[in-house]
Order: sequence, then structure tokens, then C-alpha cells
Amino acid sequence: MSLLKVDQLVAGYEPGLPIVRGASIRVAPGEIVAVLGPNGAGKSTLIKAIAGLVRVESGEVRFRGQDLRRLPAHRLVRAGLAFVPQTENVFANLTIQENLELAGFFLGRRRCQERVRAMFELFPDLARQRALAAGRLSGGQRQMLAVARALLVEPGMIMLDEPSAGLSPRLVAEVFAKLAEVRAEGTTILMVEQNVKAALALADRAYVLTEGRERLSGSAAELRSHGDLASLFLGGAGR
Amino acid sequence: MMELLAGPLAYLVFFLVIALYYALITLGLNLQWGFTGLFNVGVAGFVLVGAYASAILTTPDDPGRIGGFGLPVPVGMVGAMLSAGLFALLVGIPALRLRHDYLAITTFGIAVTLQLVALNLQVLTGGPFGMNFVPRPLYDVLGGQNGWNLAYLLFVAALVLLVWWGLARLTTSPWGRVLRAIREDEAAAAAIGKHAFRFRLEAFVLGSMVMGLAGAVYAHFIGFIAPEDFLPILTFQVWAMLIVGGAGDHRGAIAGAVLVWAIWTGSGMLLDLFVPPEGKAQAAALQVAGIGVALCLVLLFRPTGLLGRRD
Amino acid sequence: MILQQLADGLVLGSIIALGAIGLTLTYAILRFANFAHGEFLTFGAYLALLALGQFQALSTTTFGPLSFGWPLLASLAVAILATGGLALLLDRLLFAKLGRAGVAIAVVMGSFGAALALRNLLFFAFGGEPQYYSRAIQIALPLLPRSVLGGVRVTPDQLAVLGITVLLVIAMHLFLSRATLGRAMRAVAHNPQLATVTGIDVAAVVRWTWIIGAGLAAVAGVFAGLTVQIRPTMGLDLLLPLFAAVILGGIGSPLGAVLGGLIVGVAESLAVPLVGAEYRAAVAFLLLILILLVRPTGLFGERG
Ligand SMILES: Nc1ncnc2c1ncn2[C@@H]1O[C@H](COP(=O)(O)OP(=O)(O)OP(=O)(O)O)[C@@H](O)[C@H]1O
Ligand SMILES: [Mg+2]
Repeated sequence: MSLLKVDQLVAGYEPGLPIVRGASIRVAPGEIVAVLGPNGAGKSTLIKAIAGLVRVESGEVRFRGQDLRRLPAHRLVRAGLAFVPQTENVFANLTIQENLELAGFFLGRRRCQERVRAMFELFPDLARQRALAAGRLSGGQRQMLAVARALLVEPGMIMLDEPSAGLSPRLVAEVFAKLAEVRAEGTTILMVEQNVKAALALADRAYVLTEGRERLSGSAAELRSHGDLASLFLGGAGR
Repeated sequence: MMELLAGPLAYLVFFLVIALYYALITLGLNLQWGFTGLFNVGVAGFVLVGAYASAILTTPDDPGRIGGFGLPVPVGMVGAMLSAGLFALLVGIPALRLRHDYLAITTFGIAVTLQLVALNLQVLTGGPFGMNFVPRPLYDVLGGQNGWNLAYLLFVAALVLLVWWGLARLTTSPWGRVLRAIREDEAAAAAIGKHAFRFRLEAFVLGSMVMGLAGAVYAHFIGFIAPEDFLPILTFQVWAMLIVGGAGDHRGAIAGAVLVWAIWTGSGMLLDLFVPPEGKAQAAALQVAGIGVALCLVLLFRPTGLLGRRD
Repeated sequence: MILQQLADGLVLGSIIALGAIGLTLTYAILRFANFAHGEFLTFGAYLALLALGQFQALSTTTFGPLSFGWPLLASLAVAILATGGLALLLDRLLFAKLGRAGVAIAVVMGSFGAALALRNLLFFAFGGEPQYYSRAIQIALPLLPRSVLGGVRVTPDQLAVLGITVLLVIAMHLFLSRATLGRAMRAVAHNPQLATVTGIDVAAVVRWTWIIGAGLAAVAGVFAGLTVQIRPTMGLDLLLPLFAAVILGGIGSPLGAVLGGLIVGVAESLAVPLVGAEYRAAVAFLLLILILLVRPTGLFGERG
């Protein structure tokens, strides 16, 4: 039984101009699944369509059996599906503490405070700077805050759009180590990545998306040894 | 001949001169909004500057105020364009580098301020009483009221054609293509960066100069100007004309001006017929409110304009 | 003299500040310059006048030296609710639809048309003659004797306006920094899509923004009516100072709008002996041009 089930999804920004053209994806509970692909393949569009931020033209999106297309985008996180966008993923005009408290506003005051404390324990770096405006954080700290914001609500699954983007290799390792911890606690992860090596090292399974459709899928080990992977990226970022 | 020019035909001539005065302003606004996407909410202010500048330059000497330089009318018209362009620079330079609605706010501000100046700077503008004796060139030569009105109509029509021709040439030139690129594609505009500001400023100043010219045309036609000729309602009428005609289309701008002015005067006449004199002011308010609602409806349901092509 | 002008400027500044808070919030969250905001002030002022006629039938007592009592406060509440309702209605019928069309300026233009329609409808309904909440003449109290820089005299109503404004500004500050809705408003102003992802119902936040912004505008309108007079063009006349205050303070910063409002009010008041009362409004324009040239993001602004 899969936690997230995406079937023949068609989605885009303008009617009649689909960017995602019939993609199908499955994520089982407890898995880490990566979606790989060259620039402009429609990875971000796919994940945003799942999150309800991009118009879906046809196809099916189910989370825990629930039809997400019928759910307003802002209810998703309450249904247990959290999302960390690729860019602009923190409120720069709010402090770290305010960012976290806002993320848990629907949990009730006491529960929210508990969870904020828990996140500060998980990310001690953030705890030290809790009164700082998020706009003043470094790229890596921002990414941590964005992940913390998503984890705060104890979602069943989090979706991350390029968590490694713009980070130095050391910071990528740090962020991915945190993600491994998160999974160990039982949270399912779906992530879009361009950093193929790091992603396949962490993920259990992966899909390769080109031109809005998945072209290849398999276990991380299979894909690591797959010869065609680089050619699928069409000289794209097969770093 | 003279008899024919009296009565309804005389009225038609008068109507057309005013309609073409609006058409000139609308052409100026079309360059700013239709081709460059600049939102000018202070149209009345630039028309006011043109009217007053030309009046100050051309009226006979008046001991009651500065000016009355008695210069020839063409000099007044050039002066009108230059001074309107100057005020356009004054607001354009600070506002055009910023997000588009800053221009809306500053042009709104300059129209308010110019209205205040016209109303209160009595030594220059004659204050609330306005300025009289704005010369009507060749008035006596052309046979007084009716003959002269007809001649003036021909003059204004020629002026509109000239401006139309000039603007059409400009907007199809490489310069005009850049303007459209700036309007339609923010990314392209960003790519030319600082130059986008220069193009915007040029279009804004040029459009305002056309409005200034229109102000002079009005002043020399009526022969008398006062601050209340240039209230915010004027700005609004011109916007309605451009929207009805379809922004980005010179012919549409002219047609929109004539059509809206016809509707405006027509509804005004109906009000005169059916509303008792004591209710005039309130009925006029209702007329303006109606046009406000109509503008919103056009924006909602025919955003490309009533006459404009649907694309 | 100078102290008196300062005091008058602060009273005018309070009115501008209250109007500007709403304008800056809607500007930041809905992302357009609302030219109909001035008419929210006018609408609020007239609605309170209408309601006052009803409430005065119940009671005519006034608070001590003030010119008003419970009836005006009750009318104020009615005006706040009705103006909030008007803003919601306009959003429903006009702004939301134009915004969705994707041309940012279409909304600004729509607000321009709506302003014109509203202003003229109010003129149609109430006529152009100035009206007042109370005919009673207020005695100005000497706060400082003439010997101190010309002294300061203020009416009790003016003091009440200042006091209530201070309370409202503090309340707004606490609301935006502490309350969930206030933080959600800041979040939506920064990034609506991220706000959605965080679980915030952006449409609901937008509705509350209209209600709060228009409600504060109604308060400003009633205060303007209380200390000056009620006219159909009162909002139009205040619109330029309101925009100047918003840009001076930095778009999206309510505290900036308050400070901007006070600066504009005091500057207008101080300029009167220099240039004459006729040119008051031009002062706001000069301030506006100056800030755009020197610091277009305003005193507290984050983005330009
Ligand atoms: N907001 C948008 N409006 C219209 N088109 C968009 C928008 N965002 C992306 N696109 C288009 O959709 C296509 C896919 O973009 P998407 O961001 O999904 O790619 P991606 O696979 O995430 O690429 P990257 O690795 O660079 O993030 C691109 O051609 C892009 O131009
Ligand atoms: Mg992407």
C-alpha cells in the first residue's frame, strides 16, 4: 500500500500548455524517494502540482487514500503532507521563532510550543539565533529552518524541492544527514534533486523525469549502476 | 453659408473641436499606457500646464499678474509642450525607476498640486477666476464665431492627423518595438536594464507633451481658462476614452475619444431635459458615478477595449 | 506659535496615520495601490453620520467636555463594520476578478473607477454641503500658557482623537507581532505561496486585511469629520497625504505608516505659515518626491 500515489498526472501553468505530461509516482510509507532530471524537466512543477500549487488538468493524486485534488492547498499540511519549496522557503521578514510558531499555528498553543522546542533540540544552530530575522540567515541555515518548519507539524511525509540547491558539499552532507535522521524517526520523504550522487546515496528508490514524464525508475542501487542515466540528462546536469 | 453654420451645424462643429481636443490627450495617454504600460493618473495636470503655459505666453500684458507676454500663438503652443514635458521629467525621474504604481501615485500627486497652484497662485494664473483674453488667432479675419470655429476645427483635425502620423511612425520604429517589449515582458525589460528607464522616460515625456499641446489647443479655442476645466474628472474621461477605444491602437484612441465624448454630452443633454435645475449638481454626480461603474465593467468584461481588436 | 502648529499637525497626522495603516496593509498583501482607500474614509464618516441620527434618539449625553458620547462611539462601530463590508464587496465584485486577470495595473485602474463612482454616489446621497457630528462649539483648553513659545490650545475632541489613535496603534502593533492572524498577514505579505504551504488560508487573510484596513479608514474618516468636517471630497483630499505617509514609512510597514502619517501631518501644519494654508496638500507631494529620490524603500521598507 503506497502512502502517496500519483497517476497519469497532467499539470501546467497555462491551460493547454502542460509541463507535467502524464507522470506516475508511488511512495511507500517510510521510504525516501528521489525524483531526478535535467533542468526544466518539470520536477518542481510536478511536486508543486502534488502540493496543490499548480493547476492539475487530469490524473490522480492520492495521499493516504485521500484525493488531494479535492483538498484546498492550505489544508494539505494538516492532512499530514508538508512541502519545502525550492526557493524562498522561509518568511524572511519573520524571526526564526516566529517562522516556527507560525508553522504550527493550527496545533494549539501548548502543542505548538512543545514542537518548537523539539525543533530547537533537533536544530541547535537555529535555537541559538531564534530572535534573528530569517532573511539574515545563511543559505544552509535557511534550508535547515525550512526543513524544521515542515517537520514541526509531524507530517506523515515531507516533500523537498532541491534541498541541496546552492549549498556547499559540506552543507549538503549536513542537510542530508538530518534527512536520514528524520526518516529514521518514521517520516517518509519525497525529494526532487539535481545532485544525483548525493540523492542516490540517500534515497531508497528514484524516478528520472524528462519532459514531464518519468522515463526510468528503480532502486537507488540499480540507478547508480545504470549506464543510460547520463544520456537521459541530455548533457544536462548529471553532476 | 453663414446661416447653415449657425444652429445644429454650429453645435456639431463645436462638439467636434472638443472631441478632437480629447482625442489629442488620448493619443498622448495611449503612447504612455497603450504602448509603454505607464499608468498616468494625472492627465489633467499635464493638460492644465499646457493650457496655462500657452495662455501666459500669448495673452496681452495684464498688470494684475506676471506675464501676458503677447507672444504669437505658435510660440505658446511650443511653450505648452515644453512645460508639460518639464513636469513629466519632474515626476518621471523619481518614479519611473520604481514599481509601476509609484508612477500612478506621483502623477496623481502632481495633478493635485498643479490644480492647487492654478487655483491659488493668483499672480501667475489669475486664481479661481482663471485667465481671460487667451488669443484666438485670425478670429476677425475668419468671420467671427461660426466661421472661425469651422477653421479651428480644420486646424485641430490637421493637428490630430499630424500627431497620429508621428506617433504611428514612432511606435512602429525600432524605438516603438523596444517600448512594447518593455511593456509585455518584464524579463526583456530587465535585460536592457537601465535603458528601460530611458525608454520609459522618453515615452512618458513625449506623451505628456502631447497632452500639453492639447491644453493649448483648448485654451486658444475657448479663449478663457479656469482651474475647474482641469479637474480629476478630465483624467478619468480620457482614461475611459482610451479603454473604450482599446489601448495600443492610435485609431481606437481617436474613435474612443469621439464616442465617449458623444455619450458624455448626450447624457448631459438628457439630464438637462429631465432634471429640474435644483437637482443638476446631484444628477451630474450620478452621471459621473455611472461612468465610473461603466469603466469597471469594461475592465472586467472587455479588457482589450470596446472598439479594439480582440487578441 | 510653533508648538501650536506641532499640536495641530499631530492631530492631522493621527488621522493620516490611521488611514495609512490600512492602505499600507492592503498595498503589501494585495499588491496594488488602492485609489479607493480615500473613499473608505469618506464612506465611514457619512455612515457614522447616518447611524448617529438613529442613536441620538436613544441618548444625547456627552462625555464630560467632549462633543460626543456613546451614540458617536456606537456609530463608529457601525461605520467600521459597514466600511469593512464595503471593502469586501468591492473585492468580491471587482478587485479579486481584475487581480486574477494578471494585469497588475488593471486593479489600480479599477480602484480609480470605483473611487470616482463611490465619491459621486456619496455626493448624490448627501449633497456637497459640509456636515458635522455636533453643532456644539468646543472651547479649546490651554495646555501650555502663551508665554511658552506661543502656547498650545487644543479642544477636548482633538485630545480624544490623539489618545484613541495611540491606543489603536499600540493594539495594531501587538496584533501584528503576537496574534496568529497578524503574523499570518505578515507572512502573506512576504510570500503568499509559502503561506499556503504553511497551512494559511490566504483568501481568509485577504478578507481580514480588507476588514481591518477599511475599518481603520472608517475610524480615520470619523475623526476627520469630528475635528474638521464631513464632505464628499474629504477622502480624496486626504489620499495624497495617505500615499505620501505609506511610501515615507515603507510599503508594508504599519509602524512606518504611522510615523509617515505624523511626519506628513506635522510638515503640512508647519508649512502653513510659510506658504499659506492653500498649499497644504502640495507639501505631501514634495515629501513624496523627496523620499522617492532619496530613499524609495521608505524609512522602514524592505522592498522597492
Ligand atoms: N511560474 C511559471 N509559469 C510558467 N511557466 C513556468 C513557471 N515555472 C516554471 N515554468 C516552466 O515549466 C518548465 C519546467 O519548470 P520546472 O521548474 O518544473 O523545472 P525543474 O525540472 O524543476 O527545473 P530546475 O531543475 O531548473 O529546477 C520550464 O520550461 C519553465 O519555463
Ligand atoms: Mg525546480
